[in-house]
Amino acid sequence: MYAQMVKSEASQEDPEKLAAFQARIDAGEKIEPKDWMPVGYRKTLIRQIGQHAHSEIVGTLPEGNWVTRAPTLERKAILLAKVQDEAGHGLYLYCAAETLGVTRDEVTEMLLDGRMKYSSIFNYPSLNWADIGAIGWLVDGAAIMNQVPLQRTSYGPYSRAMIRICKEESFHQRQGYDAIRACAEGTPAQKKMAQDALNRFWYPSLMMFGPPDGDSVHSEQSMAWKIKINTNDELRQKFVDQTVPQAEFLGLTVPDENLKWNEERGHYDFSQPDWSEFFDVIKGNGPCNVDRLADRNKAWDDGAWVREGMLAHARKKAAARVAAE
Amino acid sequence: MNNEWPLWEVFIRGQHGMSHRHVGSLHAPDAEMAIKNARDVYTRRNEGVSIWVVEAVNIAASSPSDKGPLYEPSESKVYRHPTFFDIPDEVGAM
Repeated sequence: MYAQMVKSEASQEDPEKLAAFQARIDAGEKIEPKDWMPVGYRKTLIRQIGQHAHSEIVGTLPEGNWVTRAPTLERKAILLAKVQDEAGHGLYLYCAAETLGVTRDEVTEMLLDGRMKYSSIFNYPSLNWADIGAIGWLVDGAAIMNQVPLQRTSYGPYSRAMIRICKEESFHQRQGYDAIRACAEGTPAQKKMAQDALNRFWYPSLMMFGPPDGDSVHSEQSMAWKIKINTNDELRQKFVDQTVPQAEFLGLTVPDENLKWNEERGHYDFSQPDWSEFFDVIKGNGPCNVDRLADRNKAWDDGAWVREGMLAHARKKAAARVAAE
Repeated sequence: MNNEWPLWEVFIRGQHGMSHRHVGSLHAPDAEMAIKNARDVYTRRNEGVSIWVVEAVNIAASSPSDKGPLYEPSESKVYRHPTFFDIPDEVGAM
């Protein structure tokens, strides 16, 4: 998802404490920052929430790419609002991570030097305007699949961040669908553009849910802790079932010749994405990995004088106030 | 010296004459910027008419382990609720 392949940490602590902790989670209680928690729970959450936050921030790059070139002023205002929302989502999540005992700067630096990841999807380029529609429709659509259940996650601050995010996310998906629908219902050239966007974003969107359950080694502990609610394959199937009729409405073709409704299962059968491509992108070899990290590093470095200047100003003002008292 | 901007907790009064409610946190160099940032992030969809910000280090909080001593005593005091008292129907609404 926005957090893919998050390694779950084993905990070697007092079995009694661990059992009591698990009982709280099983009873549906929320764990709050000052409560006792296993080291592994804390570490896994920092990794997962951090990766989720980084995805929100890095995810603004492919979309920001089109803000100045949106086809109308209205589309531009909408896209700008969406990108601003994503930055806000990053903020909520960073704040949730901070309650676990890392600082914002530490988490940021781990992104910038590659120690922490962000979702594989944002390493694909946004080549034409219809891509912006496809991103809202498919990428945000896939994100919602995962984020809605995460509202019930066991960690209080994470759950509250998810509730805020989900409230705003539906706008994102709808604006995307609206944008790609305008293309799909437009001139033949515009429709071709919409189809091209679907062709390129379909499989990377399926990859967002992470590897198939059989290869997903970290799920069990995370699911027991309720920091992962559904398996990767469950969510992927749900996404396909929901999205295929939406594509049909647009008159677009999902690029999968094996896609077929399975009456017996009550689900669509579909082809898996190329998992070797997924692992390659995760390793840093996707089309945009280098650019994305370079852009984030540049923004961080170029903004340093602003951060330092504002802090110096705040300290000077505070000192003047003390002197005046 | 730590050069990270301090953390602020943000409280917003909704439109309904309610009290300020905690909505989230953010980093800012000072209170003025914290309010500006809070306005940009937390009131994007008419969520509020007033903002409070408090630097997080200035908030004192009760400890989770005090839950028992702090809150259990009130569990046995059912007479603090109006429903504890039977009022005859003849008396009318009360």
